[in-house]
Amino acid sequence: MLEAILALTALAVAFGLLLGFASVRFKVESDPIVDKVDAILPQTQCGQCGFAGCRPYAEAIASGEADINRCPPGGETVILALSDLLGVDAKPLDDEVGEEKLKEVAIIDEKTCIGCTLCIQACPVDAILGAAKQMHTIIESECTGCELCVEPCPVDCISMHTVKEDLNNWKWPYPEAGEKKA
Amino acid sequence: MSHLLHTFPGGLHLPGNKDMSTGTALTEAPIPKRLIIPLQQHIGAPAKPVVEVGDSVLKGQVLAQPEGYVSAPIHASSSGTVIAIEDHPVPHPSGLTAPCIVIETDGEDRWIEHGGNPDYTNLDPSDLRNLIRDAGIVGLGGAGFPAFIKLNPGARTELDTLIINGAECEPYISCDDMLMREHADQVILGARIMRHALHAKQCMIGIEDNKPEAIAAIGEALDNLDEKGIELVVVPTRYPTGGEKQLIKVLTGKEVPAQGLPIDIGIVCHNVATAASVFRAVDQGEPLIQRIVTVTGHGAAHPKNLIVRIGSPIKDVLQAAGGDNGVPYDLIMGGPMMGFTLTGDELPTTKTTNCLLLATQKDAAEKGPVRPCIRCGECAQVCPALLLPQQLYWHARAKDFDKAQDYNLFDCIECGCCAYVCPSNLPLVQYYRFAKTEIWSQEREKKAADKARERHEFRQFRIEREKAEKAARHKSRAKAVKKDSADSDKKAAIQAAMERAKAKREATEVQPKNTENLTEAQKKQIAEAEARRNDPKTQSAGQASEDKE
Repeated sequence: MLEAILALTALAVAFGLLLGFASVRFKVESDPIVDKVDAILPQTQCGQCGFAGCRPYAEAIASGEADINRCPPGGETVILALSDLLGVDAKPLDDEVGEEKLKEVAIIDEKTCIGCTLCIQACPVDAILGAAKQMHTIIESECTGCELCVEPCPVDCISMHTVKEDLNNWKWPYPEAGEKKA
Repeated sequence: MSHLLHTFPGGLHLPGNKDMSTGTALTEAPIPKRLIIPLQQHIGAPAKPVVEVGDSVLKGQVLAQPEGYVSAPIHASSSGTVIAIEDHPVPHPSGLTAPCIVIETDGEDRWIEHGGNPDYTNLDPSDLRNLIRDAGIVGLGGAGFPAFIKLNPGARTELDTLIINGAECEPYISCDDMLMREHADQVILGARIMRHALHAKQCMIGIEDNKPEAIAAIGEALDNLDEKGIELVVVPTRYPTGGEKQLIKVLTGKEVPAQGLPIDIGIVCHNVATAASVFRAVDQGEPLIQRIVTVTGHGAAHPKNLIVRIGSPIKDVLQAAGGDNGVPYDLIMGGPMMGFTLTGDELPTTKTTNCLLLATQKDAAEKGPVRPCIRCGECAQVCPALLLPQQLYWHARAKDFDKAQDYNLFDCIECGCCAYVCPSNLPLVQYYRFAKTEIWSQEREKKAADKARERHEFRQFRIEREKAEKAARHKSRAKAVKKDSADSDKKAAIQAAMERAKAKREATEVQPKNTENLTEAQKKQIAEAEARRNDPKTQSAGQASEDKE
């Protein structure tokens, strides 16, 4: 009887120490789920989900505070990837956050721009070049199409344009049409 | 000719239909009224125009310079005036428009001053590559990859084998065949130059055995040029022997690693037409401004091969070949296996236009309705890349791109053998192409997202840093004010000291300076006088007497 108790206690102590050591030795700094969710999100940083950027939304998803269907730029692809990652059911995009649309970039009408720098302050990815009382311009390759610069502009000189399809970003269509035709 | 041949897996014996277009000799297509020259006719970045609307240009003049390493310049294929630099439909499966330089020709076909380097052996291989790059030469076999890159052995000092690809395995196409028949010497001389640039130990020209005339011509040219270093190898006709990896396997028995390049195993493969244009570029200084195009199919009135100026509208090329014969046809660029249907004949010919196929019902046997896959496995047997086409099909259809990549989707050469044998008539290659471009697009998006994340995080870091710096500045200013008050004691002390010093100075100043070294009597006199002066009773008198003095 006594031996059994001692043996079990010894085992409990041994494993306790082992687990304690492991929790210190293999400590993970940030929540790995947040990183994984953040990796799936499109990084538009538009805030349409109601959070101040993609990372805060990822944190909210990881902690269960937010649903996975609140990212309009990511659309169906992101919802499917998130449902796959988190093991929850996919659902259509939440109506209140907006709808999925083609990738856009912002363009400044440089004739109208007064150089107020308000858009520069609004851009989450520093994609606008300019200085006070100097004309501003958007670095198209860095623009995520978040639209955050459109509203602050006092002279309404920023407009959103759908990214044009060219030979280098064109995609072969899904061959469903071929199957139907036959 | 006792070369040991190997075989590649899969493949098909297809009806060649090449005799249709090899009956008549090569002729030059007339200069079209208008040349439409796309800025992107190659793999890589589009070239950047260096001419403006209104400029008159000469034949062979550079119209656009390459941008970046993987790119190629574009030259004027005849003399005339640039009338537009604008978007124009280009031959591409998408049917999209792309920037083109439009030239109205003057019919004079005046050359720009140009000269060659017949003595190329004295040139450094890197100079040779620059020459070839400046001539705008890209792979003429179909892909259009800039040739100078494939002539760079990289870190290697030498290369095992240079293979000149004259297999031309796709049915109907005969442009390489006609080139070898009529300009075999150019092919051999081009191969010599390429070999010099690459320092290749051996060089082989592989030709399928369905082109006896070309084989004879090349053999004769080798004898005439007394070229012993280049081996002519006749390979059995089987589609797709002309695929780079397949030809390498047949000739050397070596396999290009999955998702690798031939250079990884010390082999470089170039098309015969590329070799011939390298010769003309190096020997005569002629840039790539023309190519041979096969006009064929049962819809063509007189199937034949033409030497076409790059940028000639397809309509003009068809007309030069005698037009169609009235039978309704689909216009296909390339062959029946790998080509794609064009949206119209207003499109220009490009560096990669090898064949214009006027495909009637006779050419493209009516495929039955698409039925579900029955997992018969025919496709796997004919796949030359040893892939499992039906697995790829399932995963591509389900948009499960990770799985498709697990089954080596990117080793698919899109030869179309699987779709050709499929009893269910599934458009298999279309599924693979869809999956490939979709994966590339996702990769681009992922890259863009990673960049956006990085920039966003840096912005946040910067804002934090600026805040911290501002706070630090405020703090240091506040400290400075405090310091002032602490200093006031010290200042007061200094002030006091200064005042003391001033008082002392004033005190000493009232003593006259000439009272030193005086006798006791004089001192006494002065003391009395001082006493009188300080005595209020005598003050006025003393003052008066002093004044008098």
